[in-house]
Amino acid sequence: MPEKFDVIVVGAGPAGTSCAYTCAKNGLNVLLIERGEFPGSKNVMGGILYRKQMEEVIPEFWKEAPLERPVIEQRFWFLDKESMVTTSYKDLEWGKEPCNNFTVLRAKFDKWFASKAVEQGATLINETVVTECIVDEEGKVIGVRTDRPDGDVYADVVVLCDGVNSLLAKKLGFHKEWKPEEVALTVMEVMKLPKKTINERFNVNDDQGVSIEIFGDATQGALGTGFLYTNKDSINIGVGTTLSGMIKKKMRPHHLLEYVKEHPMIQPYIEGAESLEYLAHLIPEGGYKAIPKLVGDGVIVAGDAAQLVNAIHREGSNMAMSSGKMAAETIMKAKELGEYTERVLDSYRTELYDSFIGKDLKKYKDTAHTFEEHPQYFEQYVPLMNRAMNTMFTVDGTAKWDKQKKIMKSFTEKRGKLGVAKDIYRAWRVVK
Amino acid sequence: MNMDEYRGVWVFIEQIEGKVLDVGLELLGAGKELAEKLEVDLCGVLIGNNVKHLANEVFEYGADKVYVIDDPIVDQYRTETYMVAVGDLVRKYKPEIFLYGATANGKDLASAVATEVMTGLTADTTLLDVNVEKRLFEASRPAFGGNIMATILCKKHRPQMATVRPKVMKKQEPETGRTGELIEETISLKEENLRTKVLDIVRDTSKKVNLEDADIIVAAGKGIKDEKGLQMVAGLADVLNGTLGASRDIVEAGLISHDHQVGQTGLTVTPKLYIAIGISGAVQHTVGMENSETIIAINNDPDAAIFNKAHYGIVADAFEIVPILTEEFKKALHVEAEEGDVAHAGEV
Amino acid sequence: MNILVCIKQVPDTKIIKVNPKTNTLDRSSAPAILNPYDAHAVEEAVRLKEVHGGKVTVLSMGPPQAKAAIKKCIEIGADEGYLISDRRFAGADTLATSYALFKAIQKMMNEQGVDLVLCGKHAIDGDTGQTGPGIARRMEIPPLTNVIKVEKVDTVANEIVVHRKIENGYERIQSTLPCLLTVEKEINQVAYSPLPNMLRAARYNPIIWTVDDLDEVDIKQLGLKGSPTIVGKMWPPEKSKGAELIEGDVKKQATEIVALVLSKQELFEVKGGE
Ligand SMILES: Cc1cc2nc3c(=O)[nH]c(=O)nc-3n(C[C@H](O)[C@H](O)[C@H](O)COP(=O)(O)OP(=O)(O)OC[C@H]3O[C@@H](n4cnc5c(N)ncnc54)[C@H](O)[C@@H]3O)c2cc1C
Ligand SMILES: Cc1cc2nc3c(=O)[nH]c(=O)nc-3n(C[C@H](O)[C@H](O)[C@H](O)COP(=O)(O)OP(=O)(O)OC[C@H]3O[C@@H](n4cnc5c(N)ncnc54)[C@H](O)[C@@H]3O)c2cc1C
Ligand SMILES: Nc1ncnc2c1ncn2[C@@H]1O[C@H](COP(=O)(O)O)[C@@H](O)[C@H]1O
Repeated sequence: MPEKFDVIVVGAGPAGTSCAYTCAKNGLNVLLIERGEFPGSKNVMGGILYRKQMEEVIPEFWKEAPLERPVIEQRFWFLDKESMVTTSYKDLEWGKEPCNNFTVLRAKFDKWFASKAVEQGATLINETVVTECIVDEEGKVIGVRTDRPDGDVYADVVVLCDGVNSLLAKKLGFHKEWKPEEVALTVMEVMKLPKKTINERFNVNDDQGVSIEIFGDATQGALGTGFLYTNKDSINIGVGTTLSGMIKKKMRPHHLLEYVKEHPMIQPYIEGAESLEYLAHLIPEGGYKAIPKLVGDGVIVAGDAAQLVNAIHREGSNMAMSSGKMAAETIMKAKELGEYTERVLDSYRTELYDSFIGKDLKKYKDTAHTFEEHPQYFEQYVPLMNRAMNTMFTVDGTAKWDKQKKIMKSFTEKRGKLGVAKDIYRAWRVVK
Repeated sequence: MNMDEYRGVWVFIEQIEGKVLDVGLELLGAGKELAEKLEVDLCGVLIGNNVKHLANEVFEYGADKVYVIDDPIVDQYRTETYMVAVGDLVRKYKPEIFLYGATANGKDLASAVATEVMTGLTADTTLLDVNVEKRLFEASRPAFGGNIMATILCKKHRPQMATVRPKVMKKQEPETGRTGELIEETISLKEENLRTKVLDIVRDTSKKVNLEDADIIVAAGKGIKDEKGLQMVAGLADVLNGTLGASRDIVEAGLISHDHQVGQTGLTVTPKLYIAIGISGAVQHTVGMENSETIIAINNDPDAAIFNKAHYGIVADAFEIVPILTEEFKKALHVEAEEGDVAHAGEV
Repeated sequence: MNILVCIKQVPDTKIIKVNPKTNTLDRSSAPAILNPYDAHAVEEAVRLKEVHGGKVTVLSMGPPQAKAAIKKCIEIGADEGYLISDRRFAGADTLATSYALFKAIQKMMNEQGVDLVLCGKHAIDGDTGQTGPGIARRMEIPPLTNVIKVEKVDTVANEIVVHRKIENGYERIQSTLPCLLTVEKEINQVAYSPLPNMLRAARYNPIIWTVDDLDEVDIKQLGLKGSPTIVGKMWPPEKSKGAELIEGDVKKQATEIVALVLSKQELFEVKGGE
């Protein structure tokens, strides 16, 4: 006779583990199913873990979790072929507990996080793929089927945290295939570099980290960004653009990464580093408008599977964690009522939309769309900005006033006076 | 234990169906050096049914003494009987060093004897020496799955025992007519008290890979990645009429059977030509092939350790160069074959 | 039929890499796994149990982390797992290992008999293959090493027939039970574990014994103290003078190799009888 649990959570990423942890902590009998060799073994993330949402799941997690470095400086690079404009914010306060956010390596972090859920009493099984939800005649999800012999297992509620592709939610008809402009393909490499070298190159000490977001030439003008994050003794370097952008520009992802690594502005930072791992992964970037159906009878969708990613700020793991936790809280309420229908579980959806997740995603709901429709932001403004700086700072005897005029002219020549004004307004509207 | 009572270097002489295995003779060569340094006798241990006459061969290969147990009960190898036979000899005659060939039965026997007489045993050694002053046997082997050799010592127990891979040591020239002292012992076991019985032995004569006798070996390592890569290397081996070798990593990955494995726990080979493709050159591998006449290594990492052992190195992507090589050899060997220089190489 | 399987957790040596420049080991990324040969031993035990009934128990000596390897065996289908773990076991060579395992087996046998003991052919961290025969000798049961097939088990007559791999073939050998087998990979294919086993393994806690839980142990025979062999020195192997590098593009490199190989006439001479 197959076993029955209170809750089955599919996928031990940040969303699934937060959900399983919270359920187990509150006394529910939870099964967490992960297809990788261990949680995190295949998971990919540029590497910024936001403290706030993690802390809500496990208070003071930083005392114990395998973290790399707290980020004390966020840099932004606007890259052209041989020049760049940069801005940055550095805050030593961020280096002190509880810190602002951290760099992490997912293989280590997810494994640890899942072990905490197990400590709370969750049952974790690895190397097992959930192939579909088991649905009864009335359309209620009553369990899952795995790829193992005698592989059915039942529960009152199934929480789908199976990541961006969420085949399971697709099979339930909750959403359709993502459109190429709704997902970004990101490739990254973890590169080994001695701690001392990292400290020197990034101007930090042992327990300080830097995040660098790269715009412009990193993606050769396509919509997307590159990044460079410091771990303890490695760095993560990556670049991603929407799938549609890649298709349009006929780019191959690994070529793009090679391009970034060889870029004269970036290369010195990774000089001599040895590649440890190459990873590629999709990021859901459809935003607010792409959020699928989130609940059904006996089932809830959370994390990337629900498209909960803020592409502008590259926040995903935090939304995953919060949504997983909210799912758990909803299930606890449902348990009190003894009913797991869509009607009862729907409070998850309303709560989610009311939370920072719903609000942030709504705020940026047109962003990706706008940038996709108007490639000038990435293709033209970054180079223009660089040329402007070049004009301004190259000492060649021209008066500064004349220089400014020249810069304005270069902008308007490219886009037309009205064009520039429109662009500025549009950009302000979507990201304000 | 009074360690001073233990003297002499012993070699287990494994025989199958009345034929002495080469590894025993190789170990007599290695044992002779140790015995000479320690100024003691080199002794062979010969066990079987109707095997006494084999002692002559053992003397010719350098043994001063041969201990023989000739009895129908030890006709075929069984741990049960051999362990007692050898254990009794050790207890009675007290050797200080005892070497076994690392064959299936040699390893089995050495492990059982080690426990029987409570002493240390070092497996799969590739280098033997002795500290004369301390009369300490220094048995070395590759360790930790990497490029490190470790010497294993057995300070407080005797005999000091080791197994050695076939072909690692060189067989010395036999001295015809050389003799020595034959010591015959008996075994007290009775068949009806025994618990094991060999029903039959099935020899697989169809064995296709014969790495040890091959003149040309083309060996593949993890760098060839998958089945397709392996086929590519096999293609080159074919054209050269060579035999396909392998590193442990691709054997472990299930791409090819263990008969192809070269190295510490595979075979030791000495072909005229060894081409290593996509092999990093860990000691466990190189101890099995470093005595090849000509070694050519192909690897895309200029720092690969294999280049330390190779005579010729090519830093290239195997997937690029191997197909070209195969084509070129095909052309070259066909042409020459027509001229009658090389009769068979192109026929593949 | 009660079957006991000795299993070991080992570093995945396929992943441990040595830095060729510094000759140092890079163990950081080598995960610990169940010795692959032992997985086959457990699988064989489970298959025998399915036919002959009884129970499969696994036993391991190692640090607390070795629990993970025992859980893996539960996934494969073992019923129970014991870990003997104690600082006093540390540093054991094969003689001391077989002693400690033997003492644990003795203790287990107070509770129930053992009809068959299985081990892997060898553990991939050392490739010695000495522990199995050592245990058998101590238990005074026959060891049958390098087994590639269990042909027959007769629990009434207490007999087993197995195939032992030897050079150039195999032998069929019969033994009384109990006996000890060490198994090769060819013996079976480890099946994909069913979900109920996975669930059981996830919740399973191996029984842990320290030295004090065992009866009449001679401490002097344990761990480093009880190990006759010790590691003397370690050194990087001697480097030969190094390869002569053939430079140029692939075309040129290939042409040079071909010329070089062809210049070795003797390689392509006809051999008699071919
Ligand atoms: C290159 C890159 C950089 C990023 N950088 C950041 C960053 O810096 N900061 C940030 O906050 N976010 C970042 N993100 C986004 C973040 O990684 C995701 O939003 C987050 O991982 C989502 O968590 P999740 O639990 O929903 O899904 P995942 O982390 O994808 O976890 C899903 C889990 O489910 C398992 N699974 C899938 N299908 C099945 C199945 N059928 N059966 C069983 N198990 C299954 C998977 O193995 C996996 O463990 C980045 C993403 C990428 C790709
Ligand atoms: C107890 C013990 C016993 C062992 N016994 C043996 C033994 O008997 N025999 C044995 O071989 N090993 C043995 N090993 C394993 C040994 O330590 C090494 O792990 C193994 O030899 C490595 O195999 P490899 O060179 O094929 O793989 P790797 O070390 O992974 O090397 C692959 C190589 O291929 C190169 N490469 C990659 N791609 C390409 C390409 N496209 N073109 C060209 N080159 C490429 C890489 O640069 C690398 O150098 C043993 C280990 C242990 C612990
Ligand atoms: N520490 C250990 N605990 C349990 N079994 C072991 C241990 N060490 C070795 N064995 C068993 O003995 C076999 C041979 O190991 P080894 O002699 O180390 O090559 C292994 O496959 C295991 O079955």
